[in-house]
Amino acid sequence: MTTSADQTDQLTERVRAAFESKSPLKLTGGGTKAFLGEQVKGDTLDVTGHTGVVNYEPGELVMTARAGTPLSELEAVLEAEGQMLAFEPPHYGDNATLGGTIVSGVSGPARPFTGAARDFVLGTRIINGQGQALRFGGEVMKNVAGYDLSRLMAGAYGTLGVLLDISLKVLPLPRTQITRVFEHGPSEALTQISDWQRKPWPITGAYWEDGKTYLRLAGATSPVESACEKLGGETLDDDKPFWRDVREQQRPFFSNADKPLWRLSLPPAAPMLDIDGDCVIDWGGAQRWLASDIDAVALRRIVKDEGGHASVYRGDASPRFHPIGESMLALQQRLKRSMDPAGILNPGRIYPEL
Amino acid sequence: MADAAIADAAEKVLASRPDKAQLIDKLVAELPEHVVLHAEEDLRPFECDGLSAYRQLPMIVILPETIDQVQTAMRVCHANDVAVVARGAGTGLSGGALPMDNGVLLSLAKFKQILDIDTENRRATVQPGVRNLAISEAVSHLGLYYAPDPSSQIACSIGGNVAENSGGVHCLKYGLTTHNIVQLEIVTVDGERMTIGSEALDTPGYDLLALMTGSEGLLGVIVEVVVKLLPKPERAQVVLAAFDDVRKAGDAVAAIIQAGIIPAGLEMLDSPAIIATEEFVHADYPTDAAAILLCEVDGTHAEVDEHIADVTAVVEREGATEVRVSRDDAERAVFWAGRKAAFPAMGRISPDYYCMDGTIPRKALADVLIGIGELSKKYGQRVANVFHAGDGNLHPLILYDANIEGELERTEEFGGAICELCLEHGGTITGEHGVGVEKIDQMCVQFPPDELTQFHAVKNAFDDKGLLNPGKAVPTLHRCAEFGAMHVHNGELPFPELERL
Repeated sequence: MTTSADQTDQLTERVRAAFESKSPLKLTGGGTKAFLGEQVKGDTLDVTGHTGVVNYEPGELVMTARAGTPLSELEAVLEAEGQMLAFEPPHYGDNATLGGTIVSGVSGPARPFTGAARDFVLGTRIINGQGQALRFGGEVMKNVAGYDLSRLMAGAYGTLGVLLDISLKVLPLPRTQITRVFEHGPSEALTQISDWQRKPWPITGAYWEDGKTYLRLAGATSPVESACEKLGGETLDDDKPFWRDVREQQRPFFSNADKPLWRLSLPPAAPMLDIDGDCVIDWGGAQRWLASDIDAVALRRIVKDEGGHASVYRGDASPRFHPIGESMLALQQRLKRSMDPAGILNPGRIYPEL
Repeated sequence: MADAAIADAAEKVLASRPDKAQLIDKLVAELPEHVVLHAEEDLRPFECDGLSAYRQLPMIVILPETIDQVQTAMRVCHANDVAVVARGAGTGLSGGALPMDNGVLLSLAKFKQILDIDTENRRATVQPGVRNLAISEAVSHLGLYYAPDPSSQIACSIGGNVAENSGGVHCLKYGLTTHNIVQLEIVTVDGERMTIGSEALDTPGYDLLALMTGSEGLLGVIVEVVVKLLPKPERAQVVLAAFDDVRKAGDAVAAIIQAGIIPAGLEMLDSPAIIATEEFVHADYPTDAAAILLCEVDGTHAEVDEHIADVTAVVEREGATEVRVSRDDAERAVFWAGRKAAFPAMGRISPDYYCMDGTIPRKALADVLIGIGELSKKYGQRVANVFHAGDGNLHPLILYDANIEGELERTEEFGGAICELCLEHGGTITGEHGVGVEKIDQMCVQFPPDELTQFHAVKNAFDDKGLLNPGKAVPTLHRCAEFGAMHVHNGELPFPELERL
């Protein structure tokens, strides 16, 4: 059973007042993603009271829910109907909300295979920086009427609008899931994962850590079983806790807090980077976690040369997200102003200048 | 910029009268003469796109051959306050590339190179004029393909696909264009080259890749696209199920999805469409059926076997009067032949047809079909329905004769009524063809003034002079007020706050 309360009017009124007095707002949900990005100064606008499932019809593969709804509640509602959020969102704590999940744009191990948070957004209702409640997109699978401002909200950290409701495409739970384990060095793992992905196999996870590649297959029963036969490797018994720990950064690698933790987002087949530190590989190579004392500027230069970017998850590096070029920043500043002319919505959360 | 000022910029561009001879001089001063076309016979091929009911000769056509030339063309037009309409292959169905008699048409037709195929990362870097199908053909020998497959895929270009966020038959499983691209190179309105997205799976800052996709040429000119490639399925197989009642067919669509199957394609044809296509291509469709479903599943051999058995059981349970399963690829092609020939088949039974594109929740399929039938009686015009049932994306084809005085106007009104019927059922006016000029008035029904104003503000962040494809995709409030004055919906006058002129 989920709680349900519509606070559209209160939230809209708060934003409108803040717009008129030009006083910045710091948007908060469950606080589980607060460590991402920069710190924001402003009056707290808490959206956790705006909760509930607005519409869910399993036959439509669509769920619409309010931003403050706890993510775990939504996942339970979906599971009861044999469905799921296929981007496998990390919670990073007990209080994760749907809104926080979407605005931070985080996705779990399935991301390269099923899509990111933004890929499943069909529509949103938001409050823009002038305190207007606006609706974009909808509850249908295809919609090209107007600019896609709904997907734009994913990963915008609330700097373009306060999310009210989000409509998401949901998918059936796989009937069968099997994880196979292989002994590989990191470079061998990258090559192997790239080769496997050229086969029409139902791969939904590819992770490497400490000499072992973990390959998850999920979907209809027979293709999972037949792919496993061709693959070989050892079966990982009771693999669900393993993938949950990968998703939630609960593997031992992540708890060693001696060194700063970096997220490297790279083209999946980019080679292993020659950097001092420990590394694990997720997303089939496209997301790598690095625990290292390397200088931020040096690291970002290396990663950029490979077509990627680096953000800091733990440590003091500044800025937290990989800087963007001058003209791109100017364009993004204009975009920010177009939705939040007074600059009151989470100012500086992504970059100090945005 | 204040809302009124943004709207003014757009209207000023639409009403502007640039000096053609002067502009030609300025363009050829910086561009090779042969890429600047201005004689009427050279302009004629560009007067319309796939929505041929709308025609307009452009003032000038620029056919650049390099990105440098695109930048130069944009810089000159920007400096001279001249509007620019970008065009790919010209197959769009909403008039998104309709030229302006006071603007430049920028054709990307010369950009036909596949620049790179990266098997390790399963991507291809292509120029915007590359045809959709040409990508899959170029990577087929590697066991890969590009998934989005609009029905015009043999002719439509990837740049246009990005501008329209094109879909196709396989969207439900494989997504739209927006889900299948990773990076764009664009040229901004003032001629700057920018990279949108990245070679990684995400990019720092805002997701401009999502915003650019489907922006109908109003935010920038696409000059390069990096697309994702997928492994080709081992096998695909189709179930053809006939129903004696449209409602049963609609329910079967929902039942297939609810059974936990995501088909690669799930298409529906109603009786007029079945009869017309059968006469045309002889796909051996059951012509006495009220509706047929074509449900394709793909994947590994084992996966296809499992899902074909499931789909067959579901459609039988839902009351199908006949169920056939394709035995091989040749028979699969025959099953699809009718669906793929649906549009040309209409051309045989009617001088003209008008294709709509509303999308609705699947559960409303039967009600909307019945509603379209009632509208058909009211307007006295025949309609055949073919659609992407799995996505709820309808393509009602209204049959008409443009040579009969007033019939096109009546057809457009009928089309508008279908759009509004879709909106009443919680849908949208366009699923994959775009707004263009065709559905611009219906945008006033789908979106209230605050949303439209927000769209204009976003446009302004990219193009403060309003020079990129003006008059398309997002109507000015002024236009909506005029449309609303003619069109009172449910007894409510939209935009009551605006003065009617």
